[in-house]
Amino acid sequence: MDRLIEFIQQPWPWWISGPLIAYVMFSLLYFGKGFGVSTNFKTVCCMLGSCKVSDFFCFNWRDQIWNLMFIGGVVIGGFISSQFLTPDTAVAISQATITDLKTIGIESPGTSYLPEEIFGADNIWSLRSLVFLLGGGFLVGFGTRYANGCTSGHAISGLSNLQYWSLIAVVGFFIGGLVMTHFILPYLIAL
Amino acid sequence: MKHIRFMIMGILFGITLSKGEIISWYRIQEMFRFQSFHMFGVIGSAVVFGIITIQFIKRRKLKDSAGNFITVSTQEPGYARNLIGGTIFGLGWAITGACPGPLFILVGYEGWVFILAIVGALLGTFSYGLIEKKLPH
Repeated sequence: MDRLIEFIQQPWPWWISGPLIAYVMFSLLYFGKGFGVSTNFKTVCCMLGSCKVSDFFCFNWRDQIWNLMFIGGVVIGGFISSQFLTPDTAVAISQATITDLKTIGIESPGTSYLPEEIFGADNIWSLRSLVFLLGGGFLVGFGTRYANGCTSGHAISGLSNLQYWSLIAVVGFFIGGLVMTHFILPYLIAL
Repeated sequence: MKHIRFMIMGILFGITLSKGEIISWYRIQEMFRFQSFHMFGVIGSAVVFGIITIQFIKRRKLKDSAGNFITVSTQEPGYARNLIGGTIFGLGWAITGACPGPLFILVGYEGWVFILAIVGALLGTFSYGLIEKKLPH
């Protein structure tokens, strides 16, 4: 048992994680549900009464309770992983990425999951951290609703189903990601 | 609690994405710099595995647990909405280093700090709902 836990505690390679993500999608399909995480933002807006200001939010949120349960599980999964399954939080990113990130002001890339200077609880009320969390989150919420899906709905489910419009959305994901990473992010880190 | 099965799937999903380092800001940076195969391997293998299985489901006309034919449809047609919406999401993804799934995982993994990102995403979704009819789709 100890050896099994030690085995699980190692970082998982892509060929384990990728098929497991597809397996989660199939499990949802088997129970008649579609894999889509960003829909939950819309559901929560609906529950908080946004229907009063826009009929975009007028629907029966109870039909989405299963999805709220799913993201509840997702949060629990993250907690279990951090508490019991990840004794070593270093991420073996490439040397090229380490060098690039140091150039734009990240102190110790890859020594943990996230850059402490941006996402660490001690620095959270700085302008930079609020831009990263609230601003970044805003774009994620706005963009996923505009495109009607995020990585789970378009990149995983949509491409798996050979959907043309999902491919266009994924092209958009990369246009945005590349523009941010290469042209805007250095200025945000310098805030 | 007939929905408990979905919570169990969520737990598996949360553990998979955190152990696979998909929730790492550094892995997303590495992906958008094309400096490692890791993230492309994760998404690529999920999609390849997905295509094969969905083709199998469609050809065999497999049914779900309630006896209905399994269908997948997650797309809305339109260049403007998919390309512009997708680009806005991509801009956000490269800042937070997390798409919606990982944002929720990070609430469990890192703690309350990421609730701020969830609040941001709710504000973004709400704003889209307010101006939806004025946007090109």
